[in-house]
Amino acid sequence: MATTHEAAHGNHANYLNESKGIWSWMVTLDHKRIGVMYLWTTMIFFTIAGFLALALRLEHWGPTQNIMGADTYNKVFTLHGAIMVFMFIIPSIPAALGNFLLPLMLGTKDVAFPRLNLASYYVFLVGAAMTVGAILFGNSVDTGWTFYTPYSIKSGSSVVLVVMGVFVMGFSSIFTGLNFIATIHKLRAPGMTFHRMPLFIWATYATSILQVLATPVIGITMFLLMMERVLHVGIFDPKLGGDPVLFQHFFWFYSHPAVYIMILPGMGIVSEIIATFSRKPIFGYRAIAYSSLAIAGISFLVWGHHMFTSGQSDFSNFLFSLLTVLVAVPTAIKIFNWTATLYKGSIKLDVPMLYALSFIFLFTIGGLTGLFLAALSVDVHLHDTYFVVAHFHYVMMGGTVIALLGGLHYWWPKMFGRMYPESIGRVGWACVFFGFNLLFLPQFWMGSHGMPRRYYNYPAEFTLSHQISTVGSWLVALGFLIHFASLLWASKYGKKASENPWGAKTLEWTVESPPTLHNFHTMPTVNSFPYEYKPEKV
Amino acid sequence: MFWHKAYAGTISLPQAATNAVRIDALHDFLWWMSVFFLALITFATLYFAWKYHRSKKGRETAYILGSHTLEAIWTIIPLILMLVIFAWGYRDYLWLRTEPQNPVEINVIGRQWLWNFEYPNGRKTMNEVYVPKGKAVKMIMTSEDVLHSFYVPNFRLKQDVVPGMYTYIAFEATLTGEHPVYCAEYCGTSHSDMLAKLFVLEPKDYDEWLETGKLSAAAKNYIGAAAKGKPDQPKGSAAPTQSLADRGKELFNSKGCFACHTADGTPKVGPTLKGVFGKTEELADGSTVKIDENYIRESLMEPQKRITKGFPPSMPPFKGLLSDEEVNALIAYIKSLK
Repeated sequence: MATTHEAAHGNHANYLNESKGIWSWMVTLDHKRIGVMYLWTTMIFFTIAGFLALALRLEHWGPTQNIMGADTYNKVFTLHGAIMVFMFIIPSIPAALGNFLLPLMLGTKDVAFPRLNLASYYVFLVGAAMTVGAILFGNSVDTGWTFYTPYSIKSGSSVVLVVMGVFVMGFSSIFTGLNFIATIHKLRAPGMTFHRMPLFIWATYATSILQVLATPVIGITMFLLMMERVLHVGIFDPKLGGDPVLFQHFFWFYSHPAVYIMILPGMGIVSEIIATFSRKPIFGYRAIAYSSLAIAGISFLVWGHHMFTSGQSDFSNFLFSLLTVLVAVPTAIKIFNWTATLYKGSIKLDVPMLYALSFIFLFTIGGLTGLFLAALSVDVHLHDTYFVVAHFHYVMMGGTVIALLGGLHYWWPKMFGRMYPESIGRVGWACVFFGFNLLFLPQFWMGSHGMPRRYYNYPAEFTLSHQISTVGSWLVALGFLIHFASLLWASKYGKKASENPWGAKTLEWTVESPPTLHNFHTMPTVNSFPYEYKPEKV
Repeated sequence: MFWHKAYAGTISLPQAATNAVRIDALHDFLWWMSVFFLALITFATLYFAWKYHRSKKGRETAYILGSHTLEAIWTIIPLILMLVIFAWGYRDYLWLRTEPQNPVEINVIGRQWLWNFEYPNGRKTMNEVYVPKGKAVKMIMTSEDVLHSFYVPNFRLKQDVVPGMYTYIAFEATLTGEHPVYCAEYCGTSHSDMLAKLFVLEPKDYDEWLETGKLSAAAKNYIGAAAKGKPDQPKGSAAPTQSLADRGKELFNSKGCFACHTADGTPKVGPTLKGVFGKTEELADGSTVKIDENYIRESLMEPQKRITKGFPPSMPPFKGLLSDEEVNALIAYIKSLK
């Protein structure tokens, strides 16, 4: 349908080469280029924060000092968390893949507000620069990424600058969310009803709602924290009549929905990949679509489960525990529906599918261990131990990062017009998958045996578990290295990709790889559900 | 040690308090339920990936859009399980939060980066705390600086220690010996060195220690102190010169509290303090408040916040004028006015 005269002659202009020079990228309004810029930027931050994680793991090779002092350790774990959360996971899938794919999947030529889209990228850069500036030129930050008061009021590190960076980056997130909501409501191709939208779009939609509604709260919280430090207003500081626990309420009112900002897009990616590589309609499309919205809705009402031992009232704990276990229901529906999609399909285990199936496994562990923490009495024991660390890494890394890796391999041919090398990709997958489990499974054991988190020195009985975990971190790092090398190599030297190398049904696969500046030569018309895989002979 | 073998559940830590047994039971349930569902999902995924792999020729893919029956099943079963987990966790949580009758009270103050303990008779210890076995103990905790968290893994108990307010844990220890205490809420440079030891003693050994500050020979043996050559007096320990309540009485007089409050039951400018602890009092705005440690502390620091009905709002704030220890002593005094 979209084959053009130029494409037939292998000589087509695409979004990557239609204009040249760094300036043409810096002022671009093209959603695909902005997506690619976000991709490189977030990948740089991911690499930095990844090296910080490797340093933390190495420090824990023995129970006392190994490679850094206590204050450095505290700064390193704070930066690892803050960079991963604010500068990598939150923008990565929505702003990088989301930007690239949203208009292509909806059958339109760009997002609703292309200028706002570019602005959001620069706002993000400014916020990131403030945070990086605090590290390079200030005194860094040692409060933990959660900035809990009153420690963050008393800490001698550059809290104000870092917090200002988070405040500014929040606006970028809000802009992206607004832009995507407007695009989804207004720019769908003729015939694409809400129930014909790909599940990645549904997930992005739920994410965008969260970004718009929740992010202002972290902005206000960060602003109040700055006021507290600079002007000593007395909102959170008990010495001035403030309430330090109030900060935790404000912080988690954003940061819990933010967990779903991080995971929902990953669930969207997995839905796409599983349908494509099973050659079957996704099982229970509407249930998966609506469960994203249900998760987004409930996510606003569960923030207090981070605070079961904080001193908040027993009645609050009752409510937050009850609401929290309910999140498991829509999540379980998704897991079962993905698994059921495989039934009687035609399954191909290429790298994207290996990652999608890994996601199901790892995210199930992440979800089930979440129940331990949602159960009030058990959380009293496990809260603030390594069990929590392992749990959220299974969700954030075993979930989001694994989905992102699957998504990158899946859409790489579309983004850069070339195939990644399959066998090298599988080696990388094996390193990441097995390394990840080696890294974090021992941490569940340590946590349930009382190993507190954010501990520089630790009781000697945990030495072996820490060492196993550290070895796992090296294997994961090797896997990432293989992936980055193979994807970068492929973007230049890989085998040329056709329009639709996976035989997928969504609209982005009907245009050239890589797409032209305006995506579609003629306006596409949609007359079916996005996963219309009819029965076929195998 | 011997108790490592006595219990082989999903947490192989000693169960050193009544609470631990309950928490471990739910932990076991969650653990085996998780293993079951993970195995189910993993088996289904691997089996389908093998059975319906594209290399298995000579068949046709199915066109299945969904199944309301199946989806209803895997909505309702998780929902029921979730409610069971919630109710079980909440039941045990309420149980461990229930304040015991006439407990042994110990005041705890967290500071960057040590733990101070003070007993009703005025005995103080640092980073070491002694409790009797088989008796209800309540620790009333606050922090002088930032957030801390008092965590005893062998009791499966943890509670954040918050500046400007009191939090508590209550427990009944069941296993004599030494149990580690960690700070579990990040508090700065030496967070991971903010450790304490909790010793559970037989009641008579506890009484002897509380009175004399010395451990009996038997106690030294079963807590392993003899083997380690532990000194009789814990570091930072001070012999009590007066009880906490007596110290509070002194403060009551020296700070001039008597000008407005009596200890004999007659109201003056302010309400009497006799027999008020634990009561529910009506406030000027019509609401009520239970008079506990937090309310007394608030009434000292910000007295205008909640005024007892029928009294003028004339008390000055003592914020910054009383240390955490002094507030603890005043509370102990008010408690003693039965």
